[in-house]
Amino acid sequence: MSLSVQDLTIDIGGRRVVDGVSFTVPDGARVGLIGESGSGKSLTALAILGLLPDAATVGGRILWDDRDLRDLDDRTLARIRGREIGMVFQEPQTALNPVRRVGRQMTESLRIHTGRSRADAASRAIELAERMALPDPARIVRRYPHQLSGGQRQRVALAAALACAPRLIIADEPTTALDVTVQAGILTLLRDLVEDEGRGLLFITHDLAVLSLVATRGVVLHRGRVVEDAPVQALLTAPASEITRGLLRDARATSWSPQTQTPSETPQGEERR
Amino acid sequence: MTPVSASPLVRARALTRTYAGARERPFGPRPVTTALHDVDLDIRAESSLGIIGESGSGKSTLVRLLAALDAPTSGTVEVDGRPVDAAGSARSLHWLRSLTGIVFQDPYASLDPRMSVGRIVGEPLWALGAPGDHRARVEEVLLRVGLDAEAAERFPHEFSGGQRQRIALARAIVHRPRLLLADEPLSALDVSVRARIIDLLARLRTEEDLTLVLVSHDIGVVAHVCDEIAVMKDGRIVERGRTADVLARPRHPYTRELLAAAPVLPPAPDGAARDREDVGRRD
Repeated sequence: MSLSVQDLTIDIGGRRVVDGVSFTVPDGARVGLIGESGSGKSLTALAILGLLPDAATVGGRILWDDRDLRDLDDRTLARIRGREIGMVFQEPQTALNPVRRVGRQMTESLRIHTGRSRADAASRAIELAERMALPDPARIVRRYPHQLSGGQRQRVALAAALACAPRLIIADEPTTALDVTVQAGILTLLRDLVEDEGRGLLFITHDLAVLSLVATRGVVLHRGRVVEDAPVQALLTAPASEITRGLLRDARATSWSPQTQTPSETPQGEERR
Repeated sequence: MTPVSASPLVRARALTRTYAGARERPFGPRPVTTALHDVDLDIRAESSLGIIGESGSGKSTLVRLLAALDAPTSGTVEVDGRPVDAAGSARSLHWLRSLTGIVFQDPYASLDPRMSVGRIVGEPLWALGAPGDHRARVEEVLLRVGLDAEAAERFPHEFSGGQRQRIALARAIVHRPRLLLADEPLSALDVSVRARIIDLLARLRTEEDLTLVLVSHDIGVVAHVCDEIAVMKDGRIVERGRTADVLARPRHPYTRELLAAAPVLPPAPDGAARDREDVGRRD
């Protein structure tokens, strides 16, 4: 099932914050929305999910196959969210309910959408925990979010998003709050989960280096408009827009590569140890 | 062969910090976590050291001990040849406070929302009883970090995350410290803002003759600013060396893992690393 956003506009408090954004995520494709904060990338994701606050006015079309998600009533939309389109947000700490065991949270959507029994859901939770490479699955599903590390919590959130085997996953900066090594693990897991089962992915980030790890195509946003839409390889090697070139420069200036110039040594540096 | 570098600015010996955790059951024993394990560390004056490691590796604990925000379970810290007694009174630590400046991770949590930026930045001068015209110094230091002098009249909520981190930096250097401790100062920021603050840190470091200790879980950040790297894991320093050496020839398996995990971009089309001077200064 493919997602097609056409001429999306979002107005908040009389200001146009997203202005005519169009892009598609074909079935099974991995697409990134990239831009600085304030570029409208997260608002676009929320608009797709119908999760914008009432104060926001949305225009344009958001086609999920042939249906415009904007025309659907709340109940129908709620059936699509979680079941056909899964979501993962930035902060697993706030996305999870602190007083519910993580196993129950992983399968909540499953019970709501498919009416699985509690026992059934519990065994599915353990399966999911295993798939997410969480240690000691049978025990960990009985734990509470605060007993898990940040990376484990994000794996739980990912499991929750995947419980109903959705066709598309929308992930909004899911690794920003995590360590580099943990981030690499989560991104690899996310890419494998999407790739192995032919799901679509819409990945939102401000970091071109991160984007290059998960997506094959990138849509660059700036001040609510699309400034470039191209394969990730092209964005990295031959960016057409000045905005993309800036993002690439910034990503280079903050990430390490064998070409990185480290600061010049002070003369005293030579004699230490 | 400069004799100045003979004794390090910071000297830590056998630094250990343990915490008692919560009891797992009533009346049960309290599990003990060793956050920092027997760490020796010398930091040369005017050098810049990056401390990298994952969460829980002890890097923040180490910085808190160096800044006397926490007392070690055992071991000693000396700064500028004087022993640091973290358990001492606030007044007895004045000398250390005037030598050090600190920047924390979250620019939203570290600035008092009810204080004007001028008061926030000027507070160390007032608290340390620094001589001279405080207002003029605040203005000067705001310009230095790339803000307008008028920023002094405004309040933290009027600024973006990157600008707030500039305010935090201004506050950290306003009293002309010799040592700047920065604990994940870039983690909460966007990549583009991060690039600009990295530039600012590198510039302040040379202009103000600072000794910089930069804590980060991100190798990319420290590679651009620090001439030395210490890698921490499980409360120990497992590798230390010059940045270029550690990046090119990591010795410890954990360092290799860290390097492998960092997202790597393809080389710039023109081959050379692009200079960062052309990056705009807006946050």
